[in-house]
Amino acid sequence: MTELLQVRGLNVVFSGFRAVTDLDFTVSAGELRFLIGPNGAGKTTLIDVITGLTRPTSGSVRFAGEELLGRREHQIVRLGIGRTFQTSVVFEQLTVLENLDLAATFRRPLGTLLRRRRGIADQVAEAMEITGLAELAERPAGVLSHGQRQWLEIGMLLAQRPSLLLLDEPVAGMSRDERARTGELLRLVAKEHTVIVVEHDMDFLRRFASTVTVLHEGRLLCEGTVAQVQADPRVQEVYLGRTRKESAELVKEAS
Amino acid sequence: MTGAVATVPDRTAGPGPAPLSRSRRLAGPALFVAVGLLLVAVAPAVLSPFRLDLLGKYLCYAIVAVGIGLAWGRGGMLTLGQGVFFGLGGYAMGMHLKLREAGPGGLPDFMVWSGVESLPALWRPFANPVFALAMVVLLPVTVAVLLGLLVFRQRVRGAYFAVLSQALAAAFVILLVGQQGLTGGTNGLTNFQMFYGLDLYQPGDKRFLYLVVVAVLGTMFLLAWQLSRSRFGQLLVAVRDGEDRVRFLGYEPAVVKTIAFAVSAGMAGIAGALFVPMVGLLSPANLGIVASLELLIGVAIGGRFSLAGAVGGALLVNYAKTIFSEESADNWIYLQGAMFVIVMIWAPRGLAGLAADARAAVRHRRRPPSRSVAAPIPSGTPSANGSAPPGSADPVDPARPVDDARPADQIEPTGVPAVAAQRGEEPA
Repeated sequence: MTELLQVRGLNVVFSGFRAVTDLDFTVSAGELRFLIGPNGAGKTTLIDVITGLTRPTSGSVRFAGEELLGRREHQIVRLGIGRTFQTSVVFEQLTVLENLDLAATFRRPLGTLLRRRRGIADQVAEAMEITGLAELAERPAGVLSHGQRQWLEIGMLLAQRPSLLLLDEPVAGMSRDERARTGELLRLVAKEHTVIVVEHDMDFLRRFASTVTVLHEGRLLCEGTVAQVQADPRVQEVYLGRTRKESAELVKEAS
Repeated sequence: MTGAVATVPDRTAGPGPAPLSRSRRLAGPALFVAVGLLLVAVAPAVLSPFRLDLLGKYLCYAIVAVGIGLAWGRGGMLTLGQGVFFGLGGYAMGMHLKLREAGPGGLPDFMVWSGVESLPALWRPFANPVFALAMVVLLPVTVAVLLGLLVFRQRVRGAYFAVLSQALAAAFVILLVGQQGLTGGTNGLTNFQMFYGLDLYQPGDKRFLYLVVVAVLGTMFLLAWQLSRSRFGQLLVAVRDGEDRVRFLGYEPAVVKTIAFAVSAGMAGIAGALFVPMVGLLSPANLGIVASLELLIGVAIGGRFSLAGAVGGALLVNYAKTIFSEESADNWIYLQGAMFVIVMIWAPRGLAGLAADARAAVRHRRRPPSRSVAAPIPSGTPSANGSAPPGSADPVDPARPVDDARPADQIEPTGVPAVAAQRGEEPA
């Protein structure tokens, strides 16, 4: 498999706080990769660095052979990397269809932007179909439910025709039903795209993840299948807090 | 297939513009034609030459208002310095007209009074009528593009941009007043006799000039309207409501904003150039901070989210100003301030917003809400959500070119806080 994304020796420091330390991270083309870790592990920071929102202190991020560091956000999008946000951001004044259409237009020549939209572009129709938003096409995005907004965001991403999708906690705040639907959507999307998903939800992870990367305090902790990762004692420690060790020490001290 | 998949309805019938009644679809163009006829046929026949001149002046302000409606209403750029562009266009035209009727030695009258002996190099090219016409548009557009790229790329926005644009207006006035010999100082440029072959003291010629102003306003309005309903217009609204999100659509918001800002500057420049022959003078007082704010207040009162509202507001406020100033100049200031405050508090979408609400209420009463959407998603059925203002669910509607955009200050712009939260989340 070809390596699509290579992160090497990445360091991110926010005014003294080390958000990411010496991180190496590789994703191959066609992969569906889950990125997990406790709060403050550096998951979102990593996504922010890849998409140009955060400038790292040192390191390199290469995408399909191109160095991403130093590029502006919209340039990175034009290279074929799309992302969603934890808090879904859609344009509430515009309809679902207009939101999707806008996401699909950046490859058009500027002149065609001056014309009115007529009809529906293929990638917009596909995005509506796969996300199940076709019925809501003429609704302003402001009236969508939380789950629908997340799907719209994913749809907007698909309409951009990116090669790498970065989804930041796509099921946060969703109902059980919505999670299941999002998982199915994810499976469909992953068939044709390389996807990186940041997720907290362990149940969701067990159901839909194949390869998992665990981050902890800005470092790579381990990488493997869901079963491997769950069996790793370091992961258990990180996720359970240090209660077992701490309590053992407390017992030792007491005796 | 899976649960997340729904079938796309028939593309010809489904997501295209929802069927609108013919009368509603034609209401906007009908209004446009009616107002056009009123201005072209009725006003010149009914009004005295003096009143027609005043109306022509208001229409010049209305051209600026169209640009402000685009930049502020659509693009969210609160431009408090539109007078600068008005002035650049106006002075470019004024300089040309002064050279045309210059006295002995080819010097404009005020230069002779200030003791200037030879024509400054800056003035010379403006003797050419084509050059002057080109400068009317190019000067303001160039300034706006340079300023826009500089400022918007640095992500200066909101109140900071507003203050900056206002400072620009102040600096421009100081520059004009300081260069007495070059610009006519506080008095500005006065005593225009001719305008491209029209005798400005002949009522017939003046009426023709008035018709030119009407035609230009109509053209600018249609241009702004087309821009608003194009993809670019949607992109502009998207930038207004979530600039940071737009970056992740693959666009540089600074470019989008700069284009809209430059178009509005060009319109202001053209308005200034028409103002000069219409009114017969141009001085720093016509383009300073106060003048710029008055332009903006007209748009705010009329309704910044609606191009028609912006034009109507500019006409209304300037008409009111004339009427009330004829009685007492002081009272007008207070009245204008009060009107502005009242509109901002009770009707942030201006008169056009009130009109849209009224229309929607009438429609609502006629046809009880029965449109529920069979969403394929179980929770949060959108049909249960009554918070959307009536009418906003309609697709882009040529009959209502303007009021389909709800004000940004009623719904929080979503992009900025979200991305800011993203940035702060991990290290916290």
